[in-house]
Amino acid sequence: MCGIAGIIHKKAGKDVNIGEQMTSMLQALKHRGPDSTGYAMYGEDNGNQILRFKVAEAADLEGSYDIHAAIIDRLEAVNARLTELGVKVVNKESPTEYAHRYEVKFSGDMKKVADFVEDIEGVEILSIGNSLELIKDLGDASVVSEQYGLNEFSGSHGIGHTRMATESDVDIRSAHPYWAYPFSDVAVVHNGQLTNYWTNRRSLERSGHRFSSNCDSELIAVYLADRMSQGADLETAMKDSVEYLDGVFTYLVATKDQLGMAKDVMAAKPMVVYEGDDMIALASEEVAIRTLFDHHIETFDPYHGEVKVWQN
Amino acid sequence: MAELRKETSQEMGLHEEQLKGRTQKKFFSIDESENLTYFHSFDVDTSKSATIDALEMTPREINREIRELMEKGIGDITVDNPMSRHGVGVGILNRLNLTFSDSLGYFGCGLIDGPNVHIKGRVGWSCAENMMAGTVVIDKNAGSTFGAAIRGGDLVCKGSVGARTGIDQKGGTIIVGGKTGAFSGFMMQRGRMIVLGDAGMNLGDSMYDGTIYVGGEVEELGVDCVPGEMTELDVRYLTDKLALYGMKSPRGVEKMQKYVSGKQLWNYDNLEPSEKKLVL
Repeated sequence: MCGIAGIIHKKAGKDVNIGEQMTSMLQALKHRGPDSTGYAMYGEDNGNQILRFKVAEAADLEGSYDIHAAIIDRLEAVNARLTELGVKVVNKESPTEYAHRYEVKFSGDMKKVADFVEDIEGVEILSIGNSLELIKDLGDASVVSEQYGLNEFSGSHGIGHTRMATESDVDIRSAHPYWAYPFSDVAVVHNGQLTNYWTNRRSLERSGHRFSSNCDSELIAVYLADRMSQGADLETAMKDSVEYLDGVFTYLVATKDQLGMAKDVMAAKPMVVYEGDDMIALASEEVAIRTLFDHHIETFDPYHGEVKVWQN
Repeated sequence: MAELRKETSQEMGLHEEQLKGRTQKKFFSIDESENLTYFHSFDVDTSKSATIDALEMTPREINREIRELMEKGIGDITVDNPMSRHGVGVGILNRLNLTFSDSLGYFGCGLIDGPNVHIKGRVGWSCAENMMAGTVVIDKNAGSTFGAAIRGGDLVCKGSVGARTGIDQKGGTIIVGGKTGAFSGFMMQRGRMIVLGDAGMNLGDSMYDGTIYVGGEVEELGVDCVPGEMTELDVRYLTDKLALYGMKSPRGVEKMQKYVSGKQLWNYDNLEPSEKKLVL
């Protein structure tokens, strides 16, 4: 059934420990989805681009003796292609053997970079952005947070997901959030099932969009990217998506300075919203939001077909 | 089992619903005490009270603690710090005054038959599902499928509720102080729903029977749901029922709109309530 959560601080700047807050909420939603956990969090923009990518699946490490050598080869290929395109890597981090974080200086076309890098077998770009950091892996929030050191992540807002796999495999590729390729700093998490996924996917692929998984949720990210590439603002694109998507869903989307929520026309999937003066917190269940407060809070359920967008 | 005075229960509207379908000749009778006795129901004294601090407790521990207190005859229990936990206050089959000092999560107070519950916060999805009798009063908002399949009692939310309120309602009364979401009263079969605010689309969709009163605007009626005629009896009923919970219709109960089923389904016979026939 999956659990989704989001938080945005309106006044506090970029130095709130949202990593810890998101982990707290996502861990409380573990019972809704134990297969994988993902974060899309927005930190300080220092002018560089953050490139998050993986060169293998977590499960690959257990299935092949050659995988460690393959990972080294793929990483060398990534480095070579970045150099070839004139991308200057100023910092490298490797939270795991297969997941990497590069801070890069590049003023050219990041779509070209993403396409060129993803052309390497086994390599997938998880996110590109000035402040977006997209992290996802197998296990619950405490495991992923520990693995990637997320409890010290400072920023202004973020969205997250705990996944119960229903439509596709249990792997990182099918885990949420999804980056809205090729838009930097846009990510989506989703709870529900989309019944017109394949029809719409084929249509978007014919328009030149790429899908990295067979997970129906990726359609939302790609659709929003498509609409925004045509000039629509986030709220308009989200309102259009409520009609475009068939099925039952509640999804969250985040940009560099916005957090949005949309619900299907039958209100079939849950969402609870806390709207304070300084902070907005949303989750599939109030029990997740309550981990942030030690006192009573006022919350509400959005209605069918409702779209809301909050600004940082 | 604590004695239930007939007059009091009538005032509270606890046994006003007499099911008269082909298969269920009788649903609730105060004159037949065996109908009121359940395994795991307890004689409690409402003058004896106790408080549970649930801050560090799991839902199962909270429910077990409530049951152990009832076994000791305590009839007035307050649960502090429920922290929006799921499945709390369920399966209580006897009289009890139960207060939660804050919000509950999903499936709170489900499968109950008799207690008077007061929740000083909000509730998540499916509050009081399958409730048979008693009262549940929520001070704030409620999530979707509020009062799903309730068979009796009064379920009151003083704020607004989500979608599919009273889905499969089979009796009892649901009162909503604010607005209710889409598909409220979906497949309603008996009972009454009172919404003081607006109602979302497809109100009363596929309802077999029962009555829905709405004080605000209705976005759209569902299939089989049609406007009914407000009578003096309806006005009196609404006035008295709302007064029980200190509630009022913003525009007056006289201006509320009544909705009933517009079709007679195959498995319902000529023993249907009279108000339905007004619109046939």
